[in-house]
Amino acid sequence: MLSKRIIPCLDVRNGKTTKGVQFKGNIDIGDPVEMARFYYENGADEIVFYDITASSDKRGIMLDVVRRVAETIFIPFSVGGGIRTVEDMRAVLLAGAEKISVNSAAILNPDLISQGARAFGNQCVVLGMDVKFVGKRPEIPSGYEMVINGGRRPMGMDALEWAQRAESLGAGEICLNSIDADGTQDGYEISLTSLISSNVSIPVIASGGAGKPEHLLDVLTRGRADAALVASMVHYGAYSISEIKSFLHSNGVKVRTTW
Amino acid sequence: MIAIIDYDAGNLTSVARAVTYLGYENVVTRDARQVLAAERIIFPGVGAAGSAMTSLKQLGMDIALHDAFQRGIPILGICLGTQIIMKYSEENETPCVGLVPGTVRAFSPDIRDADGARLKIPHMGWNRIELQQEHPVLAGLKPSDEFYFVHGYYPDPLHADHIVGKTRYGIEFASVIGYRNIIATQFHPEKSGHPGLNLLDNFCHWTPNR
Repeated sequence: MLSKRIIPCLDVRNGKTTKGVQFKGNIDIGDPVEMARFYYENGADEIVFYDITASSDKRGIMLDVVRRVAETIFIPFSVGGGIRTVEDMRAVLLAGAEKISVNSAAILNPDLISQGARAFGNQCVVLGMDVKFVGKRPEIPSGYEMVINGGRRPMGMDALEWAQRAESLGAGEICLNSIDADGTQDGYEISLTSLISSNVSIPVIASGGAGKPEHLLDVLTRGRADAALVASMVHYGAYSISEIKSFLHSNGVKVRTTW
Repeated sequence: MIAIIDYDAGNLTSVARAVTYLGYENVVTRDARQVLAAERIIFPGVGAAGSAMTSLKQLGMDIALHDAFQRGIPILGICLGTQIIMKYSEENETPCVGLVPGTVRAFSPDIRDADGARLKIPHMGWNRIELQQEHPVLAGLKPSDEFYFVHGYYPDPLHADHIVGKTRYGIEFASVIGYRNIIATQFHPEKSGHPGLNLLDNFCHWTPNR
């Protein structure tokens, strides 16, 4: 049986990692290559990098980070942020990432998903989703709406419909971030995660709200997630990946226990 | 020198990086002569069997692989490479290189786990292998070690004694195949952390019995 994956998420700006609380007030906390190595040695199953570099002329810095990460760790990792074309995808994959993730660029141009899937295979294309609970209404039947720009801009699109459409376009996986839970450390958005995971046949990575190991147990069981993203709870040293895994393992969740 | 065969089937740099990290000279090559001159061969690949076989034939690599196999050069298959060395693949109904007797089959769309829950395809993520026999390339691995898989098809060797390791995902399938100077894994050792690097390192030292 497959193990549930624990995936640290590193936000990178101008080649340095940051962790923001609800996307505001990001502060620098380290070197992405060293942090990736640390999590790799501590049992991370995969690593997600989000490039939040604002200016396009500094994008090359991220490709250099990707190359150095690929020479240092030997587990899969994905890169998102600023990927708008198949050529952007190709550059990141050639630099050594296993997967690329697209978020707002895919909403604005859904063909990006199918083009990426055709060029590199579905397994390379992760759909990042930022989702906000707005309550059910005719154009948002699930009650969950797609948002972009860190949650500031509602898109008038239903999250479940978008997840299913992205799957049919060729997305190989979904990284599902709840804007409501993100940065709170109060737990993942279980009903959203379970809703999406039960209605697509591609793996779902839960994101947003992790604060303690019980939250991961909850989202990987009741939430039906295949993987869980962690950030602050590991970045600031409150928990280690191996501690989280021991907790999950002792609670009957299949995780990778040696590495 | 280790030759890593390049045949337009996915990104091969991760395999080269892992072998370089372990300290072995290697070259990613599309030249069949260079492959035949190598001490060892790694045959990786990600993608579909049909287009992969077309490129292999255009490069003369199908013949080079047969020659290398006959000469006893150690060959490591990875992922699609492991499937392509079989006789035939159900994917695109493709006759393959045929070094190992057997067929590559698709996971059935309604495979289920022990609790009856439908399993997602492709089989993507970390899973264990149950060794069926000792093999020098798998020396030093723990039963709890896991490996990174990404695939919707799996090899089904004709002869049970060619199966070195099995993995469970709804069904049991051959995840490691060994036959004379070939060892082949359905998973990606270059993306499987220390156990994967251990396996690659073992391969780089392996002298098959003639």
